[in-house]
Amino acid sequence: MNEKVDTIQDNFAVKVGLAEMLKGGAIMDVTNAEQAKIAEDAGACAVMALERIPADIRRDGGVARMSDPDMIQEIQQTVSIPVMAKCRIGHFAEAQVLQALEVDFIDESEVLTPADEVNHVYKHDFKVPFVCGATNLGEALRRIGEGAAMMRTKGEAGSGNIVEAVRHMRALQDEMKRLTTLGQEQLMAVAKDHGAPYDLVCYVAEHGKLPVPNFSAGGIATPADAALVRQLGAEAVFVGSGIFKSDDPAARATAIVKATTHYDDPDILLQVSRGLQPGMKGLEMSEIPEEERLAVRGW
Amino acid sequence: MSKIIGILALQGAYQKHVDSLSRLGIESRLIRKTAELDDCDGLIIPGGESTTMSLLINQSGMYEPLQQFSQSKPVMGVCAGMIMMASSVDDERVTPLRILPFKALRNHYGRQVNSFTADIRLNFTDDEEPLHAHFIRAPGVTDLGAGIEELAQYDHSPIMIGMNKHIALSFHPELTADTRIHQYWLSKFS
Repeated sequence: MNEKVDTIQDNFAVKVGLAEMLKGGAIMDVTNAEQAKIAEDAGACAVMALERIPADIRRDGGVARMSDPDMIQEIQQTVSIPVMAKCRIGHFAEAQVLQALEVDFIDESEVLTPADEVNHVYKHDFKVPFVCGATNLGEALRRIGEGAAMMRTKGEAGSGNIVEAVRHMRALQDEMKRLTTLGQEQLMAVAKDHGAPYDLVCYVAEHGKLPVPNFSAGGIATPADAALVRQLGAEAVFVGSGIFKSDDPAARATAIVKATTHYDDPDILLQVSRGLQPGMKGLEMSEIPEEERLAVRGW
Repeated sequence: MSKIIGILALQGAYQKHVDSLSRLGIESRLIRKTAELDDCDGLIIPGGESTTMSLLINQSGMYEPLQQFSQSKPVMGVCAGMIMMASSVDDERVTPLRILPFKALRNHYGRQVNSFTADIRLNFTDDEEPLHAHFIRAPGVTDLGAGIEELAQYDHSPIMIGMNKHIALSFHPELTADTRIHQYWLSKFS
């Protein structure tokens, strides 16, 4: 009695538990302690600590890696909300460093340059929970099979354009809905077509949703963008370049937090959309060459 | 008469409490505005981030209405919700609702790498079956005021407390199918 229990199932349950606590909130990309403070004061439920926001990574080119541990630690010391950080796809040594640093969530992210073109990190090996991006149901279930405790759409990071996040969220929701209409005898063929673990396909067919929280990321720049993906089924939102690439980060951050909470109340959405300075300029998808698109990284 | 339970839905794990209550056949509604409290017989303040919740409570003008509600109706606070029920918090970023006389300690059990589960004994029942409790970046309590009852402990410290019709807990009963905590709270309704 009154004893700590430590099994794989419990380890996974407390990881998903933190993802549950972040629902209905906005998670913001920050590059230093000052930005982290602005995000926390605006009501962010977590921050993602990274050296360069996606729009700048896109502009600068080169290899994008895990951020400097000292910079992440300074942010951990500044805010009381959960601090997340990114590792490269498949780079389990970066993930080990982030776990030793005691970050609260690791994003195995396509925004950084992939380290392994075949394998993602085996996330069940870690005590810290992972979030991963997906563009469709099969990809989401593969990541959950590896131990991801939270999923997010990939969208197109650093574009300021919501169109890809909408495409990915709609694809995921449509595929999940379709599974609920199928007979048991059809599910193995679905698992084969999607390249997804059979037991997770069965879970989705029964419940009509993922077994872990499902958030949206990639291109959210306005309060209305946040409300849009929430209405399409995102349980919370990640805002990357949208806040600190705008002309009024604090006001925009506050507005996006409110829009995420009151996503289905147009009167409040109108109120929080007023009086903001211009948002980030953003990119039309045709301006981004195929080989520079981030969403195609990982599989 | 059937009860309607409000669940504060500004941010956090509110949907999980809807699920717990529906297992008990209890109707609930999500609360994001003061007016939505009107038909409710009780209120759950769920887990989430207390800084976020405190800001949104203030910005949406719900601070005083929630205090008033608690004077006549039962409130249950979980994790961040427990922090919101305190009379003081060890962090000025959070303005608690002062529903129960105790001090909340934010992230008392550490960062996420220290989150854990434990089988705990419930003091309020003869039921010997332990409750499998999930502690997620959990808060602690101290400086318990007169009249507060300790309803469960972990490692010799209180993790569930109650007074009058209110209860507050460090752990998350809504993350399991075990509905005993919700049932106990509902049994306090007159």
